Formats: sequence, structure tokens, C-alpha cells
Amino acid sequence: MNPKIAIIDYGMGNLRSVSKALELCGADVEIITEAKQLENYKAVVLPGVGSFAPAIEILKEKKFDKAIKKHTDAGKMFLGICLGFQLLFTKSYEEGEHKGLDIIKGTVKKFKSSKAKKLIIPHMCWNRVQITKTPYAKDMYGKIKNETYFYFVHSYYCCPDDKKVIATYTDYGLNFCSSVAVKNIWACQFHPEKSSTDGLMLLKNFVKKVKSDVIGN
Amino acid sequence: MSSAIRVIPCLDVNAGRVVKGTNFIDLRDAGDPVEIAKRYNKEGADELVFLDITASSDKRDITFEVVRQTAEQVFIPLTVGGGIRTVDDMRKLLKAGADKISINTSAVENPQLISSGSKKFGSQCIVVAIDAKRDGKSWSVYTHGGRTKKNLDVIEWAKIVVKLGAGEILLTSMDRDGTKDGYDLELMQKVTNAVNVPVIASGGAGKKEHFVDVCNKGASAVLAASLFHFKELSISDLKKYMRKNNIEVR
Repeated sequence: MNPKIAIIDYGMGNLRSVSKALELCGADVEIITEAKQLENYKAVVLPGVGSFAPAIEILKEKKFDKAIKKHTDAGKMFLGICLGFQLLFTKSYEEGEHKGLDIIKGTVKKFKSSKAKKLIIPHMCWNRVQITKTPYAKDMYGKIKNETYFYFVHSYYCCPDDKKVIATYTDYGLNFCSSVAVKNIWACQFHPEKSSTDGLMLLKNFVKKVKSDVIGN
Repeated sequence: MSSAIRVIPCLDVNAGRVVKGTNFIDLRDAGDPVEIAKRYNKEGADELVFLDITASSDKRDITFEVVRQTAEQVFIPLTVGGGIRTVDDMRKLLKAGADKISINTSAVENPQLISSGSKKFGSQCIVVAIDAKRDGKSWSVYTHGGRTKKNLDVIEWAKIVVKLGAGEILLTSMDRDGTKDGYDLELMQKVTNAVNVPVIASGGAGKKEHFVDVCNKGASAVLAASLFHFKELSISDLKKYMRKNNIEVR
């Protein structure tokens, strides 16, 4: 049986690609708009395109902040994508200073552009990931080679306090944390749903993990 | 820095069918944009550009459907251009699954469209396409698919669109388009020097060397249509060649 995965729809960006990609990877996907629906699922995806402040505001208003915390505290699988990755952090410096979900300790900062280094902001391109040696990174990047390209679109990057949560680094003027993996929490700055075969492989790994957890339970 | 140069095939779509240079032999449906998109994805395309050349506005809904179906089956970034006049047009296409919107004539006629689109959806969403034709020592901007000459210098226009919030420029040399003589390198160099957003080179690609030449002039992405459509060059072979010539590709 296909594992059921919820995608949180909080009005930040188009969910179609994420949802179709997960279906292709063998999941039954349901879009949820209310926080109380979340307890019915063993796994959830938080996508998102847009600015940090309005996003966290909507999540709080709809009580998704507490529901997500409860979900991850219970050890259930979580995947954050792009803004859904940044929202996990303690605070962001996007347009001021805003508190995030604080599930991962750390901050979200803006890239510095540099004409000399040809660093254009937003960082919008295919870029490589260096996969770390943590056991969780191994789960997340199973069957994906080191230095694989993924598709990025962002102007801010995440800096976790505890470097051990980092699953990949990516070089863009500086070596930034392009994804984290710690136990049941996976999150990436790039868009797996736009990263062709390798992106789909990451989503497959997620679905596989959800499936094995469900059986384990 | 390690971001890769993008290789982008461009598909002209008319009323839901690919119309230019569809010569795929082993496809069930030669003119089906979704099938062609899938094929290019398999070959290693980094992004796809759909140019909607549907003349009648009542058939535009078909384009939304094409974008929707492609985005559901092909998981790479999708840029859609042609006939987009309002922020609402942009919203509809993004909702259908486009990642970026390319505007040309409407940007010249109404530059505010660039800033309002960029404010609404982010600069990464807004691509301004510039059709350039040499005019003595400089280049002039053309609109309406190259039919109307504007009293506008390409370099100046490029700077303006970036200031207004364009996240990317799709630069086509009309002099070179269809000639296979290579991209207009001088034009490319001038524009990439003038702006700090990615520039997609278009018009004139005829062989592998041309792609390498234009990357060395500062292009962030290379676009071609017939060369890929007629299978004169496969994307995977092109990328192999580029890699051998020290151009970073995925």
C-alpha cells in the first residue's frame, strides 16, 4: 500500500509540482489546509515560495506552528522545501527580524552579491551539493552521488548552530548549508521537484523512509 | 563559483501543438509538447522555454493546459512566454505550473508590468526577452515578433529592465537567428557587461563551438530550437563537449 503523505497548503506558492512528483515516487498525496488534519498523517511536506514574514504569520494564524512541532516531536517524518526549510529555523533576517518555528536552532541570512565573483542574487541555478557523512544524510541521499546538481532559487541561506545537522553544503561565494537531516526531519534549500531525476530520487528516499517507518510502527 | 551553465531548448507552441521544427522520428506524437518536453528532460535539458505563438486569444486556454500537463510530468524549471499582457496572465500561468514568465512586447509597451510582476512574484519569476537587431554600431529593440522597430537601444533597455526588477534577460540576436553562424558575441558581451542578472543567449547556434564561445562572453544559459528539434545536436553530446572545454554544465 502506498504511504499517505500530507502537503501543507498555506497559500505560499504552487503545490502542483511537489504533489505530482511525490505521487510519481509512490505516495498517496493529500493537500491539507487545517492544522488539525495533520495528526492523521505519519508524514508531512512543507513547501513554500515567497517571503519569510508572511509565511510564518499564516502558519501561526492557522496554528500550523504548534501542529508541526507536535508532529516532529512525535518522531513523524517531515520534509521542508525551500521556504519550508528556512521556516524551521529560530529566526530569519529577511526584511527585518522574524521568529521562525525554532525546530532547528540557527538563523537565516541574506547572500551578499558580488560583481567581481559573479555572484548574482537570487541564487537561481543548478548547483552542486557536497553530502556530509552523517547517518541521516545517508538516508536522505541514498543512491544520489556526491556533487550532484540540484535546482536552487533563493536569496537567503540557513546557518544551523549545530553543524551536525547539516546533510549537504553548497558553494555560492561561501559554503552554505543546502540541506539538513536529523532523525525524522529532512529539509532542503533546493527544489527536488524541479531537479529532474536526482530530485525525484530524493523524494523517493523520503517516501521509502515513510513506508519503512509506517511498517515499523 | 560552481553554478552550471544551463542548456535550454525552446519550443514554439501554437494552439497546444509544437509547430516549429518537429522532426522527431521515434515519438508517437511529433507535435505533442509534453512528449517533447519529456524527451529533452531525459537528454539532460536544464530548463524548458515554451513560447506561445497562438494568434487567437480564445485558444490561449489550451496553452495553460499544455503548461499544466508538462509541469505534472516533467520536473525541471519551465519558462513560458508569448502574449502575456497583465499580472493576472502571469498569475494564471504560474498557477498552471510555470516557474518563470517571459515578456517582450508588453514589457516595452508597458514597463510597469516588469515591476508589478516582480513585486508580486519575485524577480526570479520575471524574464524579459529582448529581440535585438544591429543598427550601425549599436543594436535596436524590436517587438511584435521582430516586426516592429522601436527607438530603443538594446544596452539601455537591458539596464532599464533590470532596474525595474527583471530577474533574467533572454537575449535574441535577430541578425543571427536561423543563420547557424553562431551567436552575436559582441552583443552578448556588451549586455552581460552592462547588467548583473543572468543572460540567456539566443539566436544563431549552429554547432557545438558556438555554445562555448558565447559562454565565454558571459552568457549564463544557452538557448536553441531547431538544432535540437532536428536532432542535429543532442543535448547530451553538447554538454559533453562543453565540459571538455571547461564550461561547467550539469
